[in-house]
Amino acid sequence: MNGVHDMGGMHGMGPIQPEHEEPVFHARWEARVFAIVRAMGAWGKWNIDASRHQRELIPPAQYLQMSYYEKWLAGLLELMVKKELVTREEIATGRASMTAPPKAQPALTAGKVASLTAKGSPANRALREAPLFQPGDIIRTRNINPVGHTRLPRYARAKRGVIDRVHGAFVFPDTNAAFQGENPQHLYSVRFCARELWGEQAGARDCVYLDLWESYFEPCRTHNNSS
Amino acid sequence: MSDHDHDDGDHHQGPPSDLALRVAALESLLVEKGLVDPAALDALVDTYEHRIGPRNGAKVVARAWVDPAYKTRLLTDATAAIAELGFGGLQGEHMIAVENTPKVHNLVVCTLCSCYPLPILGLPPVWYKSAPYRSRAVLDPRGVLAEFGLTLDPETEIRVWDSTAEIRYLVVPERPAGTEHLSEEQLAELVTRDSMIGVARAKPAEARDRA
Repeated sequence: MNGVHDMGGMHGMGPIQPEHEEPVFHARWEARVFAIVRAMGAWGKWNIDASRHQRELIPPAQYLQMSYYEKWLAGLLELMVKKELVTREEIATGRASMTAPPKAQPALTAGKVASLTAKGSPANRALREAPLFQPGDIIRTRNINPVGHTRLPRYARAKRGVIDRVHGAFVFPDTNAAFQGENPQHLYSVRFCARELWGEQAGARDCVYLDLWESYFEPCRTHNNSS
Repeated sequence: MSDHDHDDGDHHQGPPSDLALRVAALESLLVEKGLVDPAALDALVDTYEHRIGPRNGAKVVARAWVDPAYKTRLLTDATAAIAELGFGGLQGEHMIAVENTPKVHNLVVCTLCSCYPLPILGLPPVWYKSAPYRSRAVLDPRGVLAEFGLTLDPETEIRVWDSTAEIRYLVVPERPAGTEHLSEEQLAELVTRDSMIGVARAKPAEARDRA
């Protein structure tokens, strides 16, 4: 979706404000939100792409005003309601309704935390089809404007780039975020000249690399025979 | 418009006490429903406050500086090379290391959200997750680096890595001059979080000599 989260290339967001000796969390509630999001994710009712998309759905004016963990909290509440783990009434009152008995055991217990963080959840998948593109191939990204989740930022649409690496097949976020399946596709690192993205004002030597899925490219392939 | 209007931090807006109360109420609700284990929450917080952070990445970089064979492995298969030092997992399942040289400077961003290599850098700082950095790192990397006090030779090629997938990036900063006498552990002290994101160089040797 063409949301305000898709910030690459925007002006007017103000100066970068690094904080000296920044703590990991600025308040206890931030730490609890971070941990609750991870612990609720362990139920497997949603996936990382759906979580990201839920935060993208925060209205733009609010998105820009909210702190990072406020966005995490807002996204979590919506997902929990959608997946019927809690009701809005329960959130409002802070009390569990009597309709659903408590779960016998949480999905993430303290003993499983070390293995959750150590193993993670790899997003690569086996795929029978060979990648259509090879390093050095010139591609053009598609001009797409989906209303749902995508990881092709606006600034890199309808742009010419060169395949730099072939990563293998990975879960496709655009469908996974909508609970329409993982649909793994080949993923590539693509090098774009800064001037292709931003015009003459950009540095002649500079470039931007993005990790992009095969279906983000126009189907025709051009071998980079000139180089 | 004040400078604070777009700050992503929590310390400039909203009454934190209100948020604190809401989050505490939510936690107790989820515990009552058997959905979360408060001890698991404690363990998660402890993990990222005390066990996982940029010291991990600094060890990786220092090893690469002293061991050319390790550096080759790191630049070829970063996930495996980082696992050799015991690091990996959540949000570092698929790693790529990119090396800064006098001719090439690498910078990592996530314009769409806040993707960051957690196992080697810990949780990202607020500025990394905030609109000013996410909007301008790809558009004006030299301006962004200048804001961090880093001015590059105009001939240096800047490579910005926008983390749009589940690949996470580690910048291997240049080893500072005059550090031949330092041990691997001493070198690791020169490797800052910012140098592994690419918004700073590693600390100069004198930083350690002064300490």
